[in-house]
Amino acid sequence: MVSTLTRSERQAAIGVSVLVAICGLAFAALGRHDVLEIHGFLILAFGLLCAFAVINGYYEPEPTDERLASYYDAPIKAGIALSMAWAVFALFIGVWVASLLAWPNLTFDQAWASFGRLRPVHTTGIIFGFGGNALIATSFHVMQRTSRARMPDQFSAWFVLIGFNLFCLLSVTGYLVGVTQSKEYAEAEWYADIWLVIVWVTYFILYVRTIARRKEPHIYVANWYFLAFILVVAILHIVNNIAVPVSLGHAKSYPVWSGVQDAMVQWWYGHNAVAFFLTAGFLGMLYYYLPVRAQRPIFSYRLSILSFWGITFFYMWAGSHHLHYTALPHWVQTLGMTFSVMLLVPSWASAGNALLTLNGAWHRVRDDATLRFMMVAAVFYGLSTFEGSFMAIRPVNSLSHYTDWTVGHVHAGALGWVALITFGSFYTLVPSLWKRERMYSPALVEVHFWLALAGTLVYIFAMWNSGVIQGLMWRTYTEEGTLAYSFIDSLVAMYPYYIARTLGGLLFFVGAIIGSYNIWMTVRAVPLAADRGSDIPDSSAVAVAGE
Amino acid sequence: MPELFHRKLERSTIGFVLAIIVVASIGGIVEIAPLFTIDETVEEAPDMRLYTPLELAGRNIYIREGCYACHSQMIRTLRDEVERYGPYSLAVESRYDHPMLWGSKRTGPDLARIGDKYSDIWHVAHLTNPRDVVPESNMPAYRWLARNDLKIEDLALHLATQRAVGVPYTEDMIENAAEDAYGQATPDSDAASGVAERYGEETQIRAFDGVATRLTEMDALVAYLQVLGRLTDAAYEDTAAPQKPPEPVE
Repeated sequence: MVSTLTRSERQAAIGVSVLVAICGLAFAALGRHDVLEIHGFLILAFGLLCAFAVINGYYEPEPTDERLASYYDAPIKAGIALSMAWAVFALFIGVWVASLLAWPNLTFDQAWASFGRLRPVHTTGIIFGFGGNALIATSFHVMQRTSRARMPDQFSAWFVLIGFNLFCLLSVTGYLVGVTQSKEYAEAEWYADIWLVIVWVTYFILYVRTIARRKEPHIYVANWYFLAFILVVAILHIVNNIAVPVSLGHAKSYPVWSGVQDAMVQWWYGHNAVAFFLTAGFLGMLYYYLPVRAQRPIFSYRLSILSFWGITFFYMWAGSHHLHYTALPHWVQTLGMTFSVMLLVPSWASAGNALLTLNGAWHRVRDDATLRFMMVAAVFYGLSTFEGSFMAIRPVNSLSHYTDWTVGHVHAGALGWVALITFGSFYTLVPSLWKRERMYSPALVEVHFWLALAGTLVYIFAMWNSGVIQGLMWRTYTEEGTLAYSFIDSLVAMYPYYIARTLGGLLFFVGAIIGSYNIWMTVRAVPLAADRGSDIPDSSAVAVAGE
Repeated sequence: MPELFHRKLERSTIGFVLAIIVVASIGGIVEIAPLFTIDETVEEAPDMRLYTPLELAGRNIYIREGCYACHSQMIRTLRDEVERYGPYSLAVESRYDHPMLWGSKRTGPDLARIGDKYSDIWHVAHLTNPRDVVPESNMPAYRWLARNDLKIEDLALHLATQRAVGVPYTEDMIENAAEDAYGQATPDSDAASGVAERYGEETQIRAFDGVATRLTEMDALVAYLQVLGRLTDAAYEDTAAPQKPPEPVE
């Protein structure tokens, strides 16, 4: 890793690491009467570890100019490894929190192990740890390939990747000791939020610099989605997280927004974290790896344009459908509902575009589990966006809101769409990135596929059942006109489904372990492929002539 | 023609970036900005009280433990919810809630009007082990709340920060924050008298966890739970719902 950095980049890396360590030390000192102290020492250790890693390789020979004749893939490899590690960790936590709902005594009387603290560990670990690392890794790959240009330097990519993982680490460890803003999917406290802004701005600059070096006149559609993902997530993150810390020595902060405005800002953020983190970014993945694997061009360029701008425009209006029948003014609810329904058009345009791309390649879908991952992901994308638009309709929402139906819907998207497209992309990317002939075991890819699909289906069917039953029980009246069920009656009815969803999650978790093992063995044990001469940047751009 | 325009746009990095920012910003601006300017968004409630330092500390424990992941504090304008939980929630009731805790999921029941529905003893028993009082419950046990002393030294800083984001705490309230927190849970002490003076006669002053000699996190959390829905009576004034909170359900 260090050997691919130039001398000046190594100096910059040491400088930044030491700066991070000093910040950590300052937090540890200022926060010595607060939980902030723990994070101070964590940041200090993280900074020192990075500094030592670079110093350790400081006197290795510098890379020659020949590096400019190839793409810079080292951070992509690290990103894939980190992504799979987070997947295994966060899916494990997911199975655990699911079990807690069925067997609440699995906390072992430990504060950190109660549902309220572990749940954000699961969500953050999946969304940011697994999803975020996957997006960073694949976006680094796609931006270079579709631009036929190497990224401009070696340091920025590492800063983004490692810095982002520091953010994930701070978030997840924070929840365990009770550091949280309580804003869903934005639980991390002020200092982690500020750090993420720094990382994210670097990410954006790196992306734009690489695109600016492109040897293609047009920016490829996958890059539109990655750009929208980076830009809009930055806007959402900043606006939603504006807060005043109690002091520089306190982890706790109070958001400037309150009450109804806070609720609207939170769900404007929350829904568009789904839109631009979990949809736009992964559509970027789909628009590159699906056609590559299917060996077919994207079905329709016009549909791509329609769906891209439709998603970018409509989604930002949809957040208020999380607040139907609440104290949020009616006109905002109505706008949110209307745009949510309209969202179906660009969403299905994307899903349809993906599936129609497979026309002429269906025999590959049959034979190749990797392509099948992506095909099923597109189907789940279509299904869950339909479900989302449906649930955003006010009367439907009156039944579904506050119930497990919402949880099921989220998992149809997160397991069926986000995770499956990621696994499909990884299985496409890993052999080519490490220049191997193939994955270690195609049979294990097949096993992973069926485990993931079975797990997803068991999970969402359990949650559909529990959610609808719960919603109906809450609103059922006796003939005398009184409520038929107490709240606890509805909870008792949930237990079988809570056990079923745990099983579904377990299947998915086992699949992810098998996938990680397969990727690991591909890197370790599969022989190198014959020379891939075409996988190089445009030679007119580089100092040393390519072959 | 539009396609030609787009072919041009996708040749320019900066153009594309600007287009994304403009297109993505419209929705948020139209839906969020007016919420700060349209007066009807938040109702008037002249009787609205502020959280006492003890209640605020309890609220922070509620946040720390992630209670919002399973409990909402937002009764919707639906008949069954009003009959189950009480009058539907008004915007003004969470006006000083930084952040709001409306929640999004009810693994457990809504808590917007839980205040005064159950006794302190019930809450303490329930938080210590929910299955002792509700055998079917799947809520975690929070035994450590009664073991942990409440940290009150820095409550003044917390109140000052709350004021910085718009909650009208007075200088007097900020100065006496730690003492008020102690006093509210220690009714026989000298510190108790100032609490009602600063936060109103309706403030509940008692040993919430049943132990007057020690100030624990349990005191704070129960104090917070007991004030939920009790900061203003505005919600009881203009709805068809029962005028008083229902009796405890066994």
